Amino acid sequence: MKFADFVCFKATIPELKARDRDGAITELVSSLGKAGRLGKGKSKGLARAVIKREKEASTGMGKGIALPHVKHKAVKDVIAAIGLSSAGIDFSALDKQPVYSIILLISPVDQPDRHLQAMENIFRHLQHEKFRKFLRQCRSAEQVEDLLREADENSSL
Amino acid sequence: MQAEQDSLEKVVCETEVEIKNADGLHMRPAMQFVDIANQFDSDITVSNNETEVDGKSIMQMSMLAAICGTKLKIKAEGSDAAKVISALRELVEEKLFGEPPP
Repeated sequence: MKFADFVCFKATIPELKARDRDGAITELVSSLGKAGRLGKGKSKGLARAVIKREKEASTGMGKGIALPHVKHKAVKDVIAAIGLSSAGIDFSALDKQPVYSIILLISPVDQPDRHLQAMENIFRHLQHEKFRKFLRQCRSAEQVEDLLREADENSSL
Repeated sequence: MQAEQDSLEKVVCETEVEIKNADGLHMRPAMQFVDIANQFDSDITVSNNETEVDGKSIMQMSMLAAICGTKLKIKAEGSDAAKVISALRELVEEKLFGEPPP
């Protein structure tokens, strides 16, 4: 799977207003809602579900990255939204460091394999320090889209 | 299937396990795997047919994206290699990461 297959570029938030974890998740979920990618009236319950999952175990994987995610009936296929915070947000990350790049991933309830394929793609690129650095440095939704489309074409990024 | 090979200092153990929980190796199972792996001194690598990753790194383990039914090869190198293999096999194939089968 490629980024372009599941990332909603319209929902990218190049500078999150939120300064805390729950606020950032809520902002990204409503951005997906505004982009028309969620079932009507599903945003609120969805944000709550992501936060609940996040409380069970942090998805702050270290190196400034967090991947909050949940399976939810608000979506028919996997969909992701990307948010950046230049100030950094406390996600209770594994390495205790702030998170600068957040990839919110919502997967349908009945397609565990699609969820894993999206995760595989995300982590394959996050392995590369260069990719993490470029993502964090993006200052606009267009830059994020350009980076992800370039990563789709170039497996070393 | 378990092969043991004794050299002067390091023991190498290998096994193949099958992912049997319905949701596959998503983030929570991967974290359980990494938590157990990190309790041992041995170097641990995990591979599917395409990729070989560090079994102690959550970022790398998540990259395997092993769906239910996937077979993974686990290789441990070090003095406690045999214990590594038995602990990880138990987690994956017997406990199913505490998750339901399909």
